[in-house]
Amino acid sequence: MSEIPAIELRKINKSFGPVHANKDIDLVVKKGSIHGIIGENGAGKSTLMSILYGFYHADDGDIIIKGKKVTIADSKAAIGMGIGMVHQHFMLVDNFSVLENVVLGAEDSALLAGGLSRARTELKRLEEEYELRVDPEALIQDLPVGLQQRVEILKALYRSAEVLILDEPTGVLTPAEADHLFKILDVLKNQGKTVLLITHKLREIMAVTDTVSVMRRGEMVATRETGNTSMEELAELMVGRSVLLRVDKEPAQPEAPVMEVENLTVTDSRGVQVVKDVSLSVRAGEIVGIAGVSGNGQSELLETLSGIRRATSGTLKIHGESIDLGTSTLDAADMRKKNMGHVPEDRHRMGLINSFTEYENSILGYHRDPAYSRGLLMDLAAIKKNAVAEIEKYDIRPPNPMLKTANFSGGNQQKIVLAREIERDPEVLLIGQPTRGVDIGAIEFIHRRIVELRDAGKGILLVSVELDEIRALSDRVLVMFDGKIVGERGSNADEGELGLLMAGVEDNRMTAEGGVQ
Amino acid sequence: MFETIILMMDATIRVSTPLLLACLAGLYSERSGVVDIGLEGKMLGAAFGAGAVAYITANAWLGLLAGISVSVLLSLLHGFASISNRGNQIVSGVAINFLAAGLTALLGQTWFRQGGRTPSLPDGGRFTEIVWPFAEQVRNIPIIGPFYAEVLSGHKILVYVAFLAVPLTWWILFRTRFGLRLRAVGENPAAVDTAGISVVWMRYRAVIACGILCGVAGSYLSIAVGSGFGVNMTAGQGFMALAALIFAKWKPVSAMFTCLLFGFLDAAGTRLQGVEIWLIGEVPLQVFQALPYVLTVVLLAGFIGKAIPPKAAGIPYLKERS
Repeated sequence: MSEIPAIELRKINKSFGPVHANKDIDLVVKKGSIHGIIGENGAGKSTLMSILYGFYHADDGDIIIKGKKVTIADSKAAIGMGIGMVHQHFMLVDNFSVLENVVLGAEDSALLAGGLSRARTELKRLEEEYELRVDPEALIQDLPVGLQQRVEILKALYRSAEVLILDEPTGVLTPAEADHLFKILDVLKNQGKTVLLITHKLREIMAVTDTVSVMRRGEMVATRETGNTSMEELAELMVGRSVLLRVDKEPAQPEAPVMEVENLTVTDSRGVQVVKDVSLSVRAGEIVGIAGVSGNGQSELLETLSGIRRATSGTLKIHGESIDLGTSTLDAADMRKKNMGHVPEDRHRMGLINSFTEYENSILGYHRDPAYSRGLLMDLAAIKKNAVAEIEKYDIRPPNPMLKTANFSGGNQQKIVLAREIERDPEVLLIGQPTRGVDIGAIEFIHRRIVELRDAGKGILLVSVELDEIRALSDRVLVMFDGKIVGERGSNADEGELGLLMAGVEDNRMTAEGGVQ
Repeated sequence: MFETIILMMDATIRVSTPLLLACLAGLYSERSGVVDIGLEGKMLGAAFGAGAVAYITANAWLGLLAGISVSVLLSLLHGFASISNRGNQIVSGVAINFLAAGLTALLGQTWFRQGGRTPSLPDGGRFTEIVWPFAEQVRNIPIIGPFYAEVLSGHKILVYVAFLAVPLTWWILFRTRFGLRLRAVGENPAAVDTAGISVVWMRYRAVIACGILCGVAGSYLSIAVGSGFGVNMTAGQGFMALAALIFAKWKPVSAMFTCLLFGFLDAAGTRLQGVEIWLIGEVPLQVFQALPYVLTVVLLAGFIGKAIPPKAAGIPYLKERS
């Protein structure tokens, strides 16, 4: 350990009002290594990195870079010390070219021409050195997210960053893009750069890091060599107790079907069939999981059943009533009236209005319900009473119904949506991606609530791209591929077998036995 | 007929000038993400400042300086409310319009006792026409002669300033570091902040540029075309400039053509006042006055392409809390 560390933090403290976001943080990052920092949402990882990048100022503590004690006044100072950051939400100007984004803030001189041509040659060099290919003249808005992220990395390298901080870099990436990113990180490491990887995903930590530090509630609780630790140990350190990676549940006691879908076909706006002749049923007291790689028709299936999207043809039987989906004009409100709850896949786009308060969001879609309205007016007293009750029951934090939902963490936002739908006591609940972007503690809680709902005799249709989640929760698993249901398995389904089905490898068992079950 | 066309072109340029200056002023501000509905108020304040100082000093240049100063001060007020204190930019702009309308009339009455007007300017208090070389000699050459003598030559210096500001603005916006950062801060201020550039300082500089151009626009009204300040003499031209800015999709060269179009409609309206047109009859002046706004609404409705404003326009920048 004679080598001087790239970064050393000593006793860093930072408070936002009453919230102590970073408590006495110590951290040593070895030069030329990939150092992971893992922790739940709100553990203080991003705050710590923002201090390192000069976005916030530490209340006290020392920052030592390459053996020298420094103060980082602003981002400019951080850049000057060779620190580059790839933010979770990209800091790019959408209608600028790649080149313009790269030079922004590092233009060399008052006139652009010189800086741009230097950047063009420099980008070509970086492209070859780090295998980061991207067209310098392309507009950011035309690039897929994976490439946009590459531009962010190039931006940092262009400013000759020695240390690269990546904040939740895979949140927006497809698995293939994430794999590619990890390869890039390896190249960076081999070229002598130091990488700080901030994430809450255990698998990424295990896959790429050399060292991992765990944060919990503002404190640095442990640092391990990645080779000498396990996912279980890290999960336990993150949450502060051992986590049930499996959900505890009794076998299902399914009764009569509560929802039956027959021969559903959906065509999207481009005229492409996205759901092809799908039939399925959900019985009272069971969780039916739909597994599949994202983009194989699951989203459209869920949207059609919840009344957001029109079907081309198909029948829906609910409450013994038969609805022709090809001709029906039922919308989301009508479906809710038929006792069908819906937790949409994307809470930001469809589940919540983030500039509204928690109590307003807690009745969204049910605002016409006589329980919460009096004629044209809202019954604010009843709405708030209900909101307070839901906050209590679902342990939503902070417990303040007057707060805008934008100020809640992902897990708490998801609980707000879940509480709203479950507490209306639906017969059938459609759930999409219940734990996307949610921390481990909340995942556990949400899974338990879903199982409780099942045990109360409700039918649940669960769509998730997380295979672990599908396997942990479902009593029956249907696999969707290319708009069709290509296989069905029981609750004890084998992971590898499901994976093959999701990849579109034909299901021999189904064809051999000539049917389902 | 030819003479009429030449006169119309001449009038179009004169009427377009304040529009163009105010429109470019708004362009700097809005490209940086600060919506400015207070162009009207700033022009009015500048017109008054210029009129008052030019009358007292009998010096047009001092008048112009005063006009610019008033406008820049109002810009800084807008900046203080909407950049430093992250207030609502529309509310701040509207407040500046009211402030300018009331204060100019009040101070005018208090100082000069002529119903809010400033007295007629003495010699030297007004900008005079600049006659281009050989304008008189070439006048008799057909077509080119009158065009040179009437349309190009014989305007106040501020007219040439306005039209030269167009290529200059284009060059600043797309060829300089300042321009790159200005455009970036109006699209994604967080990107600018993380690149180590101060968002606040960038926006203040944009707002000051806006103030200077608005000051020239207002001064033009009171000490170049007019001969003194008159109550509410801007008569909605600041709003017209804002409409032109949208119509031009926040681009400098398009802004010039849009302002010329709007100016032409105005000139045509004045020209056709009381004239019977075959089959249609007399067209009321109001039709021409309304046309720029009608055209802008048609544009906004999506019939003439799409007008996409700078993405961060109107949104105060707040550093994210973790």
